[in-house]
Amino acid sequence: MSARVLPWCLLLALAASARAEIPLAERRSGYQDMGHATRAMQDDDAVNPATLWVLEGESLWRRKAGAAARACADCHGAAQESMRGVAARHPAFDASAGAPLNLEQRINRCRVERQQAKPLAYESRELLALSTFVARQSRGLPIEIESSERTRPFLEAGRATFRRRQGQLNLACAQCHDERAGRRLAGVAIPQGHPTGYPIYRLQWQTMGSLHRRLRNCMAGIRAEPYALGSQEFVALEMYLMWRARGMPLETPGVRP
Amino acid sequence: MARVVVNLPQRARRGEIIEIRTLAGHDMETGFRRTQLGELIPRDIITRFTCSYNGVEVFRAELHPAMAANPLIVFSTVATESGTLEFRWTGDNGFSAAHSASISVD
Amino acid sequence: MTTRRRFLFLAGGAAVSAAAQAQLPANIEALRKAALAEAVRKVTGGAPVRAGRVKIEMPPLIDNGNTVPLSVEVESPMTQAEHVKSIHVFTEKNPQPWVISAHFGPRSGRARIATRARIADTGTVTAIAQLSDGSFWSDSVAVVVTLSACLEDGLI
Repeated sequence: MSARVLPWCLLLALAASARAEIPLAERRSGYQDMGHATRAMQDDDAVNPATLWVLEGESLWRRKAGAAARACADCHGAAQESMRGVAARHPAFDASAGAPLNLEQRINRCRVERQQAKPLAYESRELLALSTFVARQSRGLPIEIESSERTRPFLEAGRATFRRRQGQLNLACAQCHDERAGRRLAGVAIPQGHPTGYPIYRLQWQTMGSLHRRLRNCMAGIRAEPYALGSQEFVALEMYLMWRARGMPLETPGVRP
Repeated sequence: MARVVVNLPQRARRGEIIEIRTLAGHDMETGFRRTQLGELIPRDIITRFTCSYNGVEVFRAELHPAMAANPLIVFSTVATESGTLEFRWTGDNGFSAAHSASISVD
Repeated sequence: MTTRRRFLFLAGGAAVSAAAQAQLPANIEALRKAALAEAVRKVTGGAPVRAGRVKIEMPPLIDNGNTVPLSVEVESPMTQAEHVKSIHVFTEKNPQPWVISAHFGPRSGRARIATRARIADTGTVTAIAQLSDGSFWSDSVAVVVTLSACLEDGLI
């Protein structure tokens, strides 16, 4: 694993055009904007519906799959150790792909190349179970995204998407989630939009879902054509959002309204 | 096999009231939703949950469409003796899930 | 062969009738009230229901009506001689009023049930308890729902 380089000039370059970006010390997770009862649902594993997916993920972790008849556990051993910190630094730059991969893509990469199995479909129960289980191993750890020469184009692309006006309502993510976060819209506080708990159990969906699914909801909300699940646009945006949330603890599996 | 999560203490004092928390993975389709074309999606829910303690039913609940998806049921029972608690969920379209847990009572 | 004009006419007609079917009838409030009254009657057999002894706990403002935590507890010694037999929970504005019916006995220790319900709209949640002496007691709470269950489908 290469050392994460943080040249000051790069940080400054990214920060310089920050304009209305939220100061690091003022960042809030969506958790803090929820009602007490919903927070209690997230805090207690015994009542958090996501636990159903965590347990299923744990069993998938140990199940042999594909032509190679290999389980995740066969290479990675106990997930509590080997996967600790992994989700907190994804999306991560992959040298062979020449681009960042998010956690779901990383899992599917292993499935195809190491297990010789078919990749799991986005938002499928199995992929959600595995990604929730893996991400759960980083719970409490600070989000830490590589900011370097090689990740810069993708972080820039993600930030450009975040700041670009889109859709029939002609709104940019930044207008609500940077400039107006904390103010109320339709009776609810506008969150800052940090992906601190993904995959989440969303009360609106009544099931588990990925960040890309949530972003599609956002885009539909501003009447923009949503990007496809797992698309390059979304992975770059995801990387930018995780970078924007750097230092905040991962809460996976989160519960959100 | 449907996914369930059951939380209860592994040991208790005789006569102690223990709290049991259960979760069952199920969409609980209400039967009131419609597809984009207006067709009614048929009801598909868990309808019944029971807990037996060494073969004796100590708790029972009937569930209806107004229960949230992935139903949570939290209830209490008195720790009377060591043994096995059996949990069973049944519902529409032959749905069935079961879980058992041991308890040590001194 | 269906011309494009005829096809659009037919499609438009189908959409209208599907929409009409999906609309709620004009007297929906009366229907819901009647359904709730019928459900209560099914539980009590027409016997009087007194307010008290039952305590519902729910958040006053609900993030999302699809998953609303609630708990109901009835004060009772829970002995063979005096215990709670059942607790029934109802909601006022859902397409049907029944949430859960829980059955207890002297082995329960505590007459308390906690679960999560779908609450379709701002309104009242009612719990009715039947005691071993045959009496019925109830509690009601008013809740405010910002995002409804049942009436609003999740986007994508």
